[in-house]
Amino acid sequence: MKIQRHGAVLGLVAAGALLLSACGSDNNTGAAGGNTTSNAASVPVECGGKTKLNAEGSSAQKNAVDAFVQAYQAACPGVDLAYNPSGSGAGVKNFNAGQVDFGGSDSALKEGAETEAAAKRCQTNPAWNLPLVFGPVAIGYKVTGVDSLVLDAKTTAAIFSGAVKKWNDPAIKALNGSANLPDKDIAVIYRSDESGTTDNFQKYLKVAGGWTKGDGKQFKGGIGEGKEKSAGVAQAVGSIDGAITYVEWSFAQDNKLSIAKIDSGAGAVELTAESAGKAIDGAKIKGEGNNLILDLDSIYGSKAAGAYPLLLATYEIVCSKGYDADTAKAVKAFLTVAATTGQAQLAEAGYVPLPKAFQDKLLTAVKAIA
Amino acid sequence: MSTNLADPTRLATPPTFQSVSLSRRIKNGLATGLVWGAFLIAIIPLVWVLYTVLQRGFPVILDGDWWQKSMSGLLARQQGGGAYHAIYGTLVQGLVCAVISVPIGIMVAIYLVEYGGRSRLAKSTTFMVDILTGVPSIVAALFVYTVWITYFGLGRSALAVSLALVLLMVPVIVRTTEEMLKIVPDELREASYALGIPKWKTIVKIVIPTALSGILTGIMLALARVMGETAPVLVLAAYAPFINYNLFDGPMASLPLMMVNERNNPTQAGFERIWGAAITLVVLITLFNLLATVISRALAPKTK
Amino acid sequence: MNDPVVAKRPARSGASGAERGVAAAPTASEAPIPPTPEAPETAKAPHVRPGDRIFRGLATGSGVFIVVLIGAIGLFLILQAIPSLGLDNVNFLTSREWNTTDPANLRFGILDLTLVTVVVALVALLIAMPIALGIALFLTQYAPRNLARPFAYVIDLLAAVPSIVFGLWGLFVLGPVLYPFSEWLIENLGWFPLFAKGNVNVQLGGTVFTAGIVVAVMILPIITAVSREVFERTPTMHVEGAIALGATKWEVVRTTVLPFGKAGYVSASMLGLGRALGETIAVAIILSTATASFGWSLFDGGSTFASKIALAAPEFNDPRSAGAYIAAGLVLFVLTFVVNAIARSIVAGHKEYE
Repeated sequence: MKIQRHGAVLGLVAAGALLLSACGSDNNTGAAGGNTTSNAASVPVECGGKTKLNAEGSSAQKNAVDAFVQAYQAACPGVDLAYNPSGSGAGVKNFNAGQVDFGGSDSALKEGAETEAAAKRCQTNPAWNLPLVFGPVAIGYKVTGVDSLVLDAKTTAAIFSGAVKKWNDPAIKALNGSANLPDKDIAVIYRSDESGTTDNFQKYLKVAGGWTKGDGKQFKGGIGEGKEKSAGVAQAVGSIDGAITYVEWSFAQDNKLSIAKIDSGAGAVELTAESAGKAIDGAKIKGEGNNLILDLDSIYGSKAAGAYPLLLATYEIVCSKGYDADTAKAVKAFLTVAATTGQAQLAEAGYVPLPKAFQDKLLTAVKAIA
Repeated sequence: MSTNLADPTRLATPPTFQSVSLSRRIKNGLATGLVWGAFLIAIIPLVWVLYTVLQRGFPVILDGDWWQKSMSGLLARQQGGGAYHAIYGTLVQGLVCAVISVPIGIMVAIYLVEYGGRSRLAKSTTFMVDILTGVPSIVAALFVYTVWITYFGLGRSALAVSLALVLLMVPVIVRTTEEMLKIVPDELREASYALGIPKWKTIVKIVIPTALSGILTGIMLALARVMGETAPVLVLAAYAPFINYNLFDGPMASLPLMMVNERNNPTQAGFERIWGAAITLVVLITLFNLLATVISRALAPKTK
Repeated sequence: MNDPVVAKRPARSGASGAERGVAAAPTASEAPIPPTPEAPETAKAPHVRPGDRIFRGLATGSGVFIVVLIGAIGLFLILQAIPSLGLDNVNFLTSREWNTTDPANLRFGILDLTLVTVVVALVALLIAMPIALGIALFLTQYAPRNLARPFAYVIDLLAAVPSIVFGLWGLFVLGPVLYPFSEWLIENLGWFPLFAKGNVNVQLGGTVFTAGIVVAVMILPIITAVSREVFERTPTMHVEGAIALGATKWEVVRTTVLPFGKAGYVSASMLGLGRALGETIAVAIILSTATASFGWSLFDGGSTFASKIALAAPEFNDPRSAGAYIAAGLVLFVLTFVVNAIARSIVAGHKEYE
């Protein structure tokens, strides 16, 4: 009797849920307000295919993908895409397992096990790495009275490995002639979770700053305090005087952190969409054909004047062939929109819009997906 | 089923037969003070947490859209949208989990208390429930991931989440139900047997109804725990900003997953959504608790 | 109906009846009904009704199911962990190093994880246990009737707050508030290792201290709810008997309520400890990780088993490095189980005493 009644209650609640389901709506056009009005839809988009795409991977490109989805929905009514920002590792894993239509990752597929598994998932066709989203990494800090700070890769490496411990260290002073640097301990904050941002930051320091601690998704500096996720590190730096960290641009902006300028040899460069775009322009591709794997050393090591070298490139990992027709059509439509009209809103979300030359390369690759 | 303490208490205070010695009075006063103190200390963080959630989340849920719309097609910094997709996911995942684990949990407890005795199986079951209590949610999730997705090759889905939640819910139900069944007075069982009622009917009609309010509290606590559980949804269901009614396929949002997602959103809109989702979850679980109270009142055996 | 149990029961109820007579004596502290039936009931019953057989089969089947299920989980964990343990280049139990970036050169040890996990859980339990006892007693024995219900409700509501919210609350709200207090402790009691200056910034509040307090708040409702439920069931006759003998309120509680509810209270606390040990998201959000190892201070940072696993879970792409984390999960398992076993044996030991 007890179980029956309990079952009846559950049934009631389930019925309630069903009833609720009648009034749920996915329609947010009112709130979104047609701000995706296509400015120069240079490339015609062939809509169609699967209406709900599935993707997963790097959380660094989550907000960019959201912007792409909005543009995609504006271009092709009735479609949707779920991007699950659970991390690059999960993105690669679930792409290779066929759980998602494309993966997002902070690094290209590794030769060997990863590329083989991807090829298997794509019915024996190679998978391509398409670098679609570039997010600058800011060196954010908070020191009262210091609004402007110039660092070079070598000094940054020294700070994040504990060799430079005070804000008024001669190494920092040398780069900031006039600034009034306090005699205060530097509190290094790093990401406690495994993150592509950490990986890229350490790689940058290795290429440009003589970092010897190693790279990878765990911070290796051997100093400081780890906080969880970008939100955690940015918040932590915002609440300690004398703290410094590396964090995605948008988080540094939203937490009102000061952002260090980087001097790669040709003068201090402020982090702006233009300076970051310039670094992308100088990037070399080391993949073959449409597999656009970036030679990150060419970005990190860039000495070009006015280029901000500390960038996090995230790839979309797609099958070159081997999708069923429906999926292929939708993936192509989405990526086309992403590389064209979707770029319009990126700067506001803390990313760098693609330079024209690079955009063309991507579109060629997207077109070749079958 | 609470004991009627109001009357005896009043009797105790005026010492009728003898004067109470000073040391006993001091001890009594001290204990009373400590108990009140403990309560007051505890109430501070409890009210504080609730206040934080209410203060930050309440304005968000006042918007009618919050209950009717999803996040589909919204950018991180854009206001608006709702949690409908996540509410649906949380309810469905929690209910499916409860439908699976409540019968299992109660039956295991019945076995342990009424049938198992000291048999080897009963001992190992107790042992296993002990272990299961300690399974961190993330490990339960990884286990389901390996078995369900890697081994059987099935997709990630809300159902997989429910299965992982079952692992977390069953031990809580077993533990509390066991505790409640044990304190059902044996006299009740004996009276039932004496009337010639078979054992299973005695259990279903006498023992369980007597312990029901406690069992329901346990179930609700367990449900509260699993509905707010974050790790399994992280691993086993992808987040979808749109509504997905399908339990068996595709990404499905839930409130904890929505909070995790919005934590990657540094803007004001993200902040509002985190606390909005939090208060929504609290409201949902409160409703379930209320429901449990009503049911257990209705089903409680008539004392007197 | 002629179950052997029936024959056995009167003896027990006689015992409990006899006890009722002496329950008023201050020393009587025995729960009237032993938690486990005392004799195996598998004896051959001549007439078993089909309903009984089915029901019994269902119950037993559920028991078997649980055993098989855990067996499967254990097996899975062990199978996943063993290869990585074999590849470990440092001592798994005594090393403080944790580096799984390069699957070809795994270096992971759990010493720090174990210490931090245990200390966080103990801090939480030390804070929560007495307070939960106080609340449970307050709500069942001391509170005015019309206040008890709403208060009990507020506390149950806390169980409804998801752990990620506690994490954010600890990070944004509690951490800053605790800062001056922590600073004071460090300055004045810093000579005592437990309050020494830790390896992370106190200002951020990402310490074992903050995490312990937040986890204590999180396990309070669980311990309270179950204890309350048990205390409420103290037989009225015992209470009345004690009162009739002129016991003060505290003596009533001490001689009837506490002995009756002790097993339930300990079991509830263990439930709480289990959750404290395995608490994941809240700890991961609050606790700062530190590169320096744990130094027995409440103001150190670090990782617990669960937070370590959670922080790395999205990047489990190599079975070898994932195995390292699963090995850590396995240790957490064992840890919880040992705690449980100790608690159970304490309860059982007391029973034999009486």
